[in-house]
Amino acid sequence: MTPLVEMNNISLRFGGNQALNDVSVSLYPGEVVGLLGHNGAGKSTLIKVLSGAYQADSGQILVEGQEVQIKTPQDSQRYGIETIYQNLALADNLDAVANVFLGREKVRGAVLDEDVMELESRTILDRLRIRIPSLRVPVANMSGGQRQSVAIGRAIYFKAKCLIMDEPTAALGPEETRKVGELVKALKAEGVGIFLISHDLHDVFDLADRITVMKNGKVVGTVNTPEVSHDDVLGMIIGGVMPKHLPSA
Amino acid sequence: MQNTVQDTQKPRQGFASLGLDIRQVLMLGVLVVVWIAFEILTGGLFLSPVNLWNLSVQTAVVGITVGGMVLVIVARQIDLSVGSVLGFCAMIMALLQVSPPLGLGLSWVVALILGLALGVLIGAFNGYWVAYWGVPAFVVTLAGLLIFRNATFVVASGRTVAPMKQTFSLLGAGSIGAEATWIVGLLGMAFIIYQALGNRRSRLKHRLPVRPLWAEWVVNGVLILFTLAFVLVMNAYTYPGTNIPRGIPIPVVITLVVLIFLAWMTRSTRFGRYVFAMGGNPEAARLAGINVRRIMVQVFMLMGFLTALAAAVQAARLNAATAGLGTNLELSVIAAAVIGGTALAGGSGTIVGAALGALLTSSLQNGMVLMGIPTEWQNIVLGIVLLAAVFYNTVFLRNRRA
Ligand SMILES: Nc1ncnc2c1ncn2[C@@H]1O[C@H](COP(=O)(O)OP(=O)(O)O)[C@@H](O)[C@H]1O
Ligand SMILES: [Mg+2]
Repeated sequence: MTPLVEMNNISLRFGGNQALNDVSVSLYPGEVVGLLGHNGAGKSTLIKVLSGAYQADSGQILVEGQEVQIKTPQDSQRYGIETIYQNLALADNLDAVANVFLGREKVRGAVLDEDVMELESRTILDRLRIRIPSLRVPVANMSGGQRQSVAIGRAIYFKAKCLIMDEPTAALGPEETRKVGELVKALKAEGVGIFLISHDLHDVFDLADRITVMKNGKVVGTVNTPEVSHDDVLGMIIGGVMPKHLPSA
Repeated sequence: MQNTVQDTQKPRQGFASLGLDIRQVLMLGVLVVVWIAFEILTGGLFLSPVNLWNLSVQTAVVGITVGGMVLVIVARQIDLSVGSVLGFCAMIMALLQVSPPLGLGLSWVVALILGLALGVLIGAFNGYWVAYWGVPAFVVTLAGLLIFRNATFVVASGRTVAPMKQTFSLLGAGSIGAEATWIVGLLGMAFIIYQALGNRRSRLKHRLPVRPLWAEWVVNGVLILFTLAFVLVMNAYTYPGTNIPRGIPIPVVITLVVLIFLAWMTRSTRFGRYVFAMGGNPEAARLAGINVRRIMVQVFMLMGFLTALAAAVQAARLNAATAGLGTNLELSVIAAAVIGGTALAGGSGTIVGAALGALLTSSLQNGMVLMGIPTEWQNIVLGIVLLAAVFYNTVFLRNRRA
């Protein structure tokens, strides 16, 4: 089977800081790949290269086996890649409906079709089961969990082939986190490939098929989740070494 | 399937169910108080048809440009070149149409179109530096303020260029007559009703919450009464020595068309949505795939177009272009936008609010002139009002965030 997404030998420098150094990851349809690593390891930077927010200095991106140029967020969306950013990337002054559809509004002629967008936002947010009293207040006035669900709703509405979730449960309580977990499983069952960045080892072990660990802008290694223990992965994150008993998956 | 979002949506009660912007209602209240106070202080001069007619004309130039400034400020930018660009565009339009040897003697239509195109071009120039080179708009437009004010002087060697073509001068001081005023008024009322019915029907069809019927009646009834009062006042002012009503002044028609269009555009089109998104979070707008640079240039182009339109009105009203035309206008426009609730931090502001802001500032000016208050004191009062408005906005925003 061809991978849904392959990122090969990606490097990116910010001034003197080598944020990504020859990084390669891959993702298959219906697969969840957990990206782990300390703060500053380069996880967000890596997925921002895929989402079109940054452009790599060198390296290659393949979508369904074809090499593609992702220069802008539009390019990424066009290849069926949707992203939930770590900082959520919401326009705080706009309401939930406007944020869900931002950049891809439904229109009739030149006019925004507000009612249809409101209805569809409600449907998509209901799927997450996070209580949002009104979709028509600025998201600045919402709780962290509500904002997070707007960002998630935005990403899943557009039926992505590949979903990038950068710490999607950081602002959520245990119950809401569980719902996001269910959502991940449901999307996986629909054949969506998911890059999941999280700090919670338990979540990642529960959801991910494979785990890629990064440290200082490099990939330490990629392992199949069932073949490793928490301690193995902690060793990779902290020590930057592969578990003794495994070759890289 | 259980509908969690809908279940928690509780209907709003009492005043809140009118679904109004509190700030705009408050501004309207302030405006009413100011008008009544002037009416008393001027011994009945202020609310006379003559004065209200004049007031509406005096509001036109700021009214035409303020909507553009709202969008510029919402996008986290500023345009300090408005006054100078107005002067320059007015001068060019004058030079194009005034008879030789002073001007070229072209038709007024050509002069107007070229003048508007010039405004758009200058706006594109400003926007280009801001959007593609990251030069702060403050600096770009400050440069524009210097360049175009002095270019205005240079192109006419400091002379006053006059008179304009007769038809052109109607843009500044002509009016449309009683019948047309009634037609405009009735169309306006029909539109208010159509809009209200259409919105309600669509929301009901989609099973979205609507405001209670009585609230629809109150809000739209008030709007219709305003329209009616406006028509009656405009038709109550007659040509001297006759009882022929003047009707709505042409510059006011232009202002209303511009403001209604901009209000619609900011609320109902992608362009308007994107300007607000860029103001709220430029990075989020970019990541959402919005071409933020192009939108930014377009915002400045719109500002330039409106400035040139206002230039036509101003030059037509004076029936001349002078080297100093429009001096300090940018300050009045920014003040009106801010008094109308536009936040300088970006991301927040309304066209309706700014229109009320423009009306409030011109009302204050007009009333104080009627009272014989010297210019210096007029400006001090306007400064204080501006401060009060900014203070109110800051407190308002802080309370809302909390
Ligand atoms: N826009 C940027 N400009 C400069 N340096 C950046 C930028 N974004 C990230 N970095 C740097 O790149 C490195 C990786 O950061 P990041 O990808 O955010 O790590 P992670 O998501 O794994 O915590 C860090 O050293 C960070 O400081
Ligand atoms: Mg990160």
